[in-house]
Amino acid sequence: MNLRRFPVMREISIAVLVFLYVPVIVLTVYSFNANRTATVWTHASFDWYLRILANPSIRAATWNSIVLAGTSATAATLIALLAALATRRAFPGRDTTETLLRLPLILPEIVVAVATLLLFVSLGVSLGLGAMIAAHTAFCIPFAYLPIRARLDGMSGSYEEAAQDLYADRFRTFRRVTMPLLWPGVMAGFTLAFVTSLDDFLTSFFLSGPGTTTLPVYIFSAIRAGITPEINAISTVMLVISILLVSLSFFLGQLRR
Amino acid sequence: MPSRPLIAASLLSLSLALPAPAQEAEKVLYFYNWTDYYPVELLAKFTDETGIEVILDGYDSNETLLAKLQAGGAAYDVIVPSDYVVPGMIADGHLMKIDAPGLSNFVHVKEAFADPDFDPGRQYTAPYLWGTTGIAYDSAQVAGAELEQSWKVFFEPQPEMEGKIAALDISSELILAASLYLGIPQCTESNDDAKRILELLEAQKTKLKLYSADSTVDRMASGEVAMHHLWNGATARATAQRDTIRYIYPVEGTPMFRDNFAVPVTAPHPENAKIFINWMMAPENAAAVSNAIAYANAIKSDEFLSDQWRGMEAINMPDAFSGRLVATQDCGPAARELQDRIWTRLKG
Amino acid sequence: MMQSAAVRQLVLLLPALGVIVLLIGVPLGLMGWVSLLEKSASAGVDWQASPGAGNYLRLVWEEDFDGRMILNPTYLVIFLRSVLQAAVTTLLCLVLGLPVALWMAGLTRTGRMVMLLLVTIPFWTNLLVRNYAWLIILREDGWTTAVLNRLWPFGPVQLLYNDAAVAIGLTYSFLPFMILPLYSVFEKFDWRLIEAALDLGATRRRALRRVVLPLALPGIVAGSLLVFIPCLGAFVTPALLGGGKTAMLGNVIQAQFGPARNWPFGAAVSIVLLAIMLAVMTAMALWRSRRAPR
Repeated sequence: MNLRRFPVMREISIAVLVFLYVPVIVLTVYSFNANRTATVWTHASFDWYLRILANPSIRAATWNSIVLAGTSATAATLIALLAALATRRAFPGRDTTETLLRLPLILPEIVVAVATLLLFVSLGVSLGLGAMIAAHTAFCIPFAYLPIRARLDGMSGSYEEAAQDLYADRFRTFRRVTMPLLWPGVMAGFTLAFVTSLDDFLTSFFLSGPGTTTLPVYIFSAIRAGITPEINAISTVMLVISILLVSLSFFLGQLRR
Repeated sequence: MPSRPLIAASLLSLSLALPAPAQEAEKVLYFYNWTDYYPVELLAKFTDETGIEVILDGYDSNETLLAKLQAGGAAYDVIVPSDYVVPGMIADGHLMKIDAPGLSNFVHVKEAFADPDFDPGRQYTAPYLWGTTGIAYDSAQVAGAELEQSWKVFFEPQPEMEGKIAALDISSELILAASLYLGIPQCTESNDDAKRILELLEAQKTKLKLYSADSTVDRMASGEVAMHHLWNGATARATAQRDTIRYIYPVEGTPMFRDNFAVPVTAPHPENAKIFINWMMAPENAAAVSNAIAYANAIKSDEFLSDQWRGMEAINMPDAFSGRLVATQDCGPAARELQDRIWTRLKG
Repeated sequence: MMQSAAVRQLVLLLPALGVIVLLIGVPLGLMGWVSLLEKSASAGVDWQASPGAGNYLRLVWEEDFDGRMILNPTYLVIFLRSVLQAAVTTLLCLVLGLPVALWMAGLTRTGRMVMLLLVTIPFWTNLLVRNYAWLIILREDGWTTAVLNRLWPFGPVQLLYNDAAVAIGLTYSFLPFMILPLYSVFEKFDWRLIEAALDLGATRRRALRRVVLPLALPGIVAGSLLVFIPCLGAFVTPALLGGGKTAMLGNVIQAQFGPARNWPFGAAVSIVLLAIMLAVMTAMALWRSRRAPR
């Protein structure tokens, strides 16, 4: 008799999994639908994927999204790495510091987005990629910080002590011992920050300027203009990219310490 | 190992340098237009002919465009404001003088659009498309197939239509329609009028399926609703997919909108903007837009119009209806404040 | 030595704290200030206006169409609806998430990892795309409605464009936020307590209610907060699945910063949203500290 088993928990769990994945599957299936009306099935086809490849607006939006996510995630990861190293040992005010670092996770995104808009407008900063990168970097920090901290917490300090006993200086110890051990955490953090930025809609929506429409902003306006099979296809592409990246980050996080 | 952070750092600085101020000589044009209001294929033709690359972004309402202009984020070269927001934009100093009559293709502009009230002498704007807001319905879902040419069918629908009607989720459009139906001046500042409008809209709300200005073509074409408060071009495109759809030009007054090209004062490439605007006034290019998105243009280009649209009343308005058209006015702050209050109460 | 370590720590922290303070703290402070100002004639913010509480008063009172000052229930209703919608979603997430977390904790190590990944993946996919998928499923001409109409004898059902559709979309969006904190509690759970309870003659149901649930409380509180707060500010889900008939706080904020162009009023609504959030968090923290075993 397994102590951890309770009646109907398994059935409910399976139902929840179905609930979580049915929309994803429906969307994917419909993206291969040849019919012009998005919800009427005729036969399978790759037409919509070819159409989105040929659509210059989607190509430009994809490029914008990649540049934005790549830059913001890189900046956020570097900043978060430094912060994680600093908060490794306890010090007075560490709890407050950590709360501050997690702030973007707790605050409603729409409030932060409009507040940032107010700041940029009052400073006379023109909206566009620069403004978007700054804002994305800020809210990506906790997503990069948490996996790096988790990795650091799981690392024993003994390797570093050994290195210092062998007269390696601080920088050398960091480069040759800490960093290689920390690397999976850093990559996991980068990936999560990248996905977070890639998926963001609200902040980009308020801060976008000329020629900086990102994929989610494009998808939003496309849904407003009309539900088409192209949206199904581009949404499916975004789903697949996110799933691949998150799985990657997950396995990096599970790497043997 | 140490080279990787270095690469990352240099990548970072490189991309931060990306949004550098544009140079005048650049062959680029930032075009900010309503979503789905321009055929992208035509942009490729423009680039082929002029060498100017067009970067297109979309917005969903005049108000969103105004918000972006005010936020200072509008370093766009060409924008597409509707008639009623133009005077305000000029007064606020948002628009650059382009002297449209000085452009070579201006000779093709139809008389009715050459010297409009909202921009006398076309100093700041050039005409793009025009259309009307009326009522689309699916005659296959209506008892007796034919409906009265009145706002009544929309505001006080037959019982069998209840729950199958969509209204545009745009305060100015819906309040204007209600005002026309009730015979109230469109920029009313009277509290009594406001009260009557709100009462009408609140009574109607229970009979509506939804308020939405999104996916309208699809909603009508798929039969999701039987009646839609809708623009004529969207109706035409839906009719192309479902031929039982009809369009009503209400006798109490059919709001007409005239959309225009304009150049913000902050435009980085005003010369390219003028090239584009002039190019768009060439009859074959104007007609290409009309053929693709089913709105009539303001250029003498009827011979290029495809037969598909020519036969549709929604696009090719019978001359007899021209007396029903009502131009949208630019309301003052007091009237706008009143409209905002009606809207918030309605939606609350 | 101590000195230099502290300095080094500070230097390492500086970029992170700098970015968060400058790009999140300062904007929120600025918004608090703007919420006391008025919009300028051409919309935007009148920076010269003398600060006052006018925008907050507007949330409760207004001049009626006949000129009297009356209580304006509009925004109160929107606040109430947002809180209610968020509460319903939180409850749904709890009912669905607790069994999943409990079941996951009882799996083998590999099983747990697979489930963890399966639960996390939807959370990382685009919020817009996820809600769009529901739009397709719930549409009138979709197969879901067709099937339900066959089974449901009392006239046609409408799945989309109502509060129920919003609740489904929100639950779908935030369910992982509930499952993960609960799972992290159950993962460290001392299952011998169950054994003890069963040995003492308790049924499984009773053991669940009297032993498992009380000990899962920290996870329930954490998960509820993580679901409730983003729900309050939701914009995409009500916009796409709600049909524009009923507004939530997030939509009011978006409208004021977008089409309505009254930024100071939008700022006031945002500040009230933050205040509600803070109140809920404080209440939860107080309640927890009182219930905590001494």
